Order: sequence, then structure tokens, then C-alpha cells
Amino acid sequence: MSEMISVEDVWKSFDRGRIEVLKGVNLSIAHGEVLALCGTSGCGKSTLLHVIGGLEPPDRGVVRIDGKAPSGEAERLELLRRGVGFVFQLHHLVAGLTLEENCLVPAVATGLSRSAARARVRELAEATGIAGRLDRRVRELSGGERQRGSLVRALLNDPPILLADEPTGALDETNRERVFELLLDLARSKGKTLVIATHDLDLARRCDRVVRMRDGKVVEDGV
Amino acid sequence: MSLWRLIFTNLRRHRVRTAIGATGIALGVATMLSVVGVLSGAVRMFERILRSDSEVVVFERNVSDLFFSNVPVSLADELEKQASVKDAQPVLFAIVAAPERPVITCFGIRASDGRLKKATWVKGSIDDFRDDGEAIVLGERAAEFLKAEPGQKLELGQQAYPVAGIVRTENGFEDGGVFMPLLCAQKAFHKEGVASIVSVAMNAGHETSEVKEWMKANHPKFSALENEEFSKSYSQFKILKTTAWVVGGCAFLLGGLSVTNTMILSVFSRIRELAIVRVSGFSKGQVARMIFGESLVVSFIGMIAGLVLSAAGLRLLKLVPQLQGYIDPSLGLTEVLGALLLAVVTALLGALYPAWYAVRLKPADALRYE
Repeated sequence: MSEMISVEDVWKSFDRGRIEVLKGVNLSIAHGEVLALCGTSGCGKSTLLHVIGGLEPPDRGVVRIDGKAPSGEAERLELLRRGVGFVFQLHHLVAGLTLEENCLVPAVATGLSRSAARARVRELAEATGIAGRLDRRVRELSGGERQRGSLVRALLNDPPILLADEPTGALDETNRERVFELLLDLARSKGKTLVIATHDLDLARRCDRVVRMRDGKVVEDGV
Repeated sequence: MSLWRLIFTNLRRHRVRTAIGATGIALGVATMLSVVGVLSGAVRMFERILRSDSEVVVFERNVSDLFFSNVPVSLADELEKQASVKDAQPVLFAIVAAPERPVITCFGIRASDGRLKKATWVKGSIDDFRDDGEAIVLGERAAEFLKAEPGQKLELGQQAYPVAGIVRTENGFEDGGVFMPLLCAQKAFHKEGVASIVSVAMNAGHETSEVKEWMKANHPKFSALENEEFSKSYSQFKILKTTAWVVGGCAFLLGGLSVTNTMILSVFSRIRELAIVRVSGFSKGQVARMIFGESLVVSFIGMIAGLVLSAAGLRLLKLVPQLQGYIDPSLGLTEVLGALLLAVVTALLGALYPAWYAVRLKPADALRYE
């Protein structure tokens, strides 16, 4: 399989270099691959996802998406709009909007037509089992429904890459299982490249590949 | 789903905060328009006193206040001889005191002045007001507060004058004032031979420029201005109007601060939401437009409420008996457009810092924000 994400000697620090989080990470992820990033809290999983998704520029090194290294504000913005979809531990849905309106937020950014965006939301909502809850406000939804809503939002602009940062970390056991399965199914059925940061090894083992991080470095890369 | 839907949702979610911001603007607009409306109304009323039936006002050049202007009455007679002039009426303005009434406006006029002819005579007759007499005519309100009736003598300043009649006029300054024969007024106020202004009415087919040029050539110590020119150049009017806009502008600034406060709170309370819209692909410009849009909506709501408030307030002021005739509070297009412009400027300035803060947020940092 061809390479979708290439991380080459990426370094990232915070607080003017006082806190080094990524220390020369190298990683290659293929098209359609489902990869679990494992490691304890603070090992650099989230930061690596942010760097891959263009939320943080690396201090050093290069991240290539489908062969191209986004540089500059415009290219990073385009990556966020159409290249990657993010799912976080917390759903971050906007209170006051309905679930459907929340899912449509990325369409406002890209200017996708209302009808096309709504059709896309409905299709994804059917696939995630929340089609009947689209008209509900966030406060009326369960934790699992909210997280599935954030998954629909992440996929609205049909990005080839899905980056999930502890997506089941705030869910109970039943919902954790369901949402994780859903993520895997959606990624595999739609041919998405999925990178999941998790410290749950049981869930990680169900991915195509598990990469372990420790202290800002990749320490184990196994299938 | 559009940016506007997001804007309205954000405002609706925090109704109290939105209402406070809009109320600040509303009070600012209402204060500004009320002050401007009242003072402009007062200026208009004063303009009407000067204007009467005339087109040109003649007064002493470079005086800060018409009470200090001294125009020889002989100049009115000279002006009347000009072919272009239909009528030239000298008017002496003065302030006089009566027992328990320290300030009463006094108009020293000739019997031929249009003011008394146009007025409704409540008691007495214009025939009793004579140039060579001492009988005075009271405005209806003046007669009321002075408790005076025709036939009585009224003490004004150092002397008592017989009351010849009572007239009703639309102008509060005149209705609350005293009309005195010009000669009598000149004697009372030690202004023998002079008036404050001369009101000049033109003959049909003649231009005001003819009088202005004649005055310039023959009496350069005096100014002859059309009523509109006079209103624009008279320093007292300018001071009043400027004061109105400055006081109103300050009130508006306070309203603007409430919008800034609202928008700052709005941004700080949803930092993670702002992060998620950035993660969803919103550009910095789109985030800024969202913040400015919210501020514009708050200001617009405030402006509409302020317009309604000020219109209601000015209407109420018109009903206050003590103010009737003294001011004619009303809102013109200029005032409304001025308020609209200030509302937009306030909205943009009020959102400047919050928008700057919002666009500088790093999504990754903001997502970690507690």
C-alpha cells in the first residue's frame, strides 16, 4: 500500500523549548491503515496527532500527507478542511445547536452547499446510528450519541484521514466498545486512514498496527 | 447552517449577556438622541424667534451673543428704503426680572412687528400696544406665572408697566416672555437708539444677496446673514449642538464599553468551541467575522431599542407642560443616521480586541483550556 502519512524526524517542544514533547519521531502510515498510538499520558501521542493534522507546526522535521508537506497557513487550513478529521476525547459539540447543526459546522468553513451538506450528514448519521437524533439539542443526547455526532462532524468533508485522540476516554464501557467498533468499521468501509491515540491496549490490539510511544519517541512499531 | 445561524445561536445561548450588551447600546443611543433632540429643538425654537416672517438677520459683527449686539434702529429705517426690502423690524432682546421671577425674556419690538399680528390675542387688542406707549403685552404662560391681567400694572425691573393684553404663541420663549414697545425697552435697558437685531423681509422678486451686498458695502461693521447661514454660524448654536453631540457621544462610548465587555465574555467563555470551529476548518477571517457579526447584531438590537426609547422619551418630554414651546424635541434623519453610524462603529471597535484574541487562539492550546 502507498504511503498516506509520513512523519520524518519530527521534534516539538513547548514553553520556549523548555518542555520537549516530540523528540525525533519517525513514522510511516499507509493509505487505509488503522493505526493505534499507545503510550502513557504525556508521552506525546496527542501532540503527534496535532502535528500530523496541522494544528501545530513541528519545530523540526517534516510531515507529509499523501506526499505533500503542508507549509504555511493556507495549506494547513486546507488540510484541516479537507485532509483530516479530528475526534477528541470530549465531543466539543456546540451547546444550543441541534446535533445536525453541529455536524454541519465544517460545511460552513468549506462553503459546501446546504443541501449537499445535509445529505452527507444524514448518510453519516445513518451509518453511525444517530439519524433519529439529529434534531435534538446537545443536552438531550447521551454521551455515546454526542461522540458519534463528533465522528459525523469529523467525516463531513470526507477527509481521507481520521485522527482520533482518546475518542472513547470519556465514555462508559458499553459506549466505549460501540464507538470504537464504529470508528473501525467506518474507517475500513470507507477506506480512511485512521490514527487512534489510546492507552487502552485491548482496544489498540484490534487495529491493523500498534505503535508505542514513550517520552516523545516511538519505541515499538509492530503489526 | 450558516455563519449567521452560528452568530444568532451564540447570542441566544447567552440571552442575559446579550441583553446587557444591547441595553448598554440602547441607553447610549437613547441618551444621545434625546440630548441631541432636545438641544436641537431648543435651537430651532430660538431660530423661529429670530426668523419671524423675515429672510435675513442683521446683527453686530463679531459678538458672541445676540444680547450683546447693538444695531442702530436708524439702520432698519435705511434698510426699509431699499427697493429689495419689504420690511425691516428692529428687535431688542433683554432679560428682565419680576417679583419671584428672576428671568423673563423681554422682546422690545415695534407695533408693526409681525409677531404680535400673528399671535392669537387671548385678552386685549393689538391697538393697545403702541410704539409711543408703555403698555406691555404678555405671553400666555408669562401671564399665568406672573398672575397678571390686562389693566393691571406689572413690576418689571425698576418700573411698573400697564398690561395691555395677553397673546398665545407657539414659541415657548415668546409665550413665556414679555413684549415691550421698542422705545420703552431701549429706555429700560439703557439701549437708547439701538436694537439687538434687525429682521429683514424681502420684496417678491428680489434676492437676499442684494441686501447682503448693500450691507457689506455700506455697513461693514454689521453682518447680514440668511436665516440658515445665521443658524450655522452663530456661536451659541454651535456650542449647543457640539455639546449635544459630545455628551451623546460619551453616552454612546459607555454603551460601546458594554458591547466590548459582552464580546470579551462571549469569547472567553467558549474558548474550546472556538478551537473546535478552527479544527473544523474555519479560517482566522471566518472566526473574526463571527465575532464582529455577533457584536454588530448586539449593537443593532441596542440601536433599535434605543431609537424606540428615545422616540418615546421625546414624546413624553413634549407632554411636560413646563417645557412646552421651549423645546421642540424631534429626531431628524441626520440624528438617526448618526446613531446608526455610531452603532456600527461601536460594534466594530467593541469587537476589535475579542476578535483579535479569538483569531490568535491556537486550537491545540485552546482544546486543552480549562
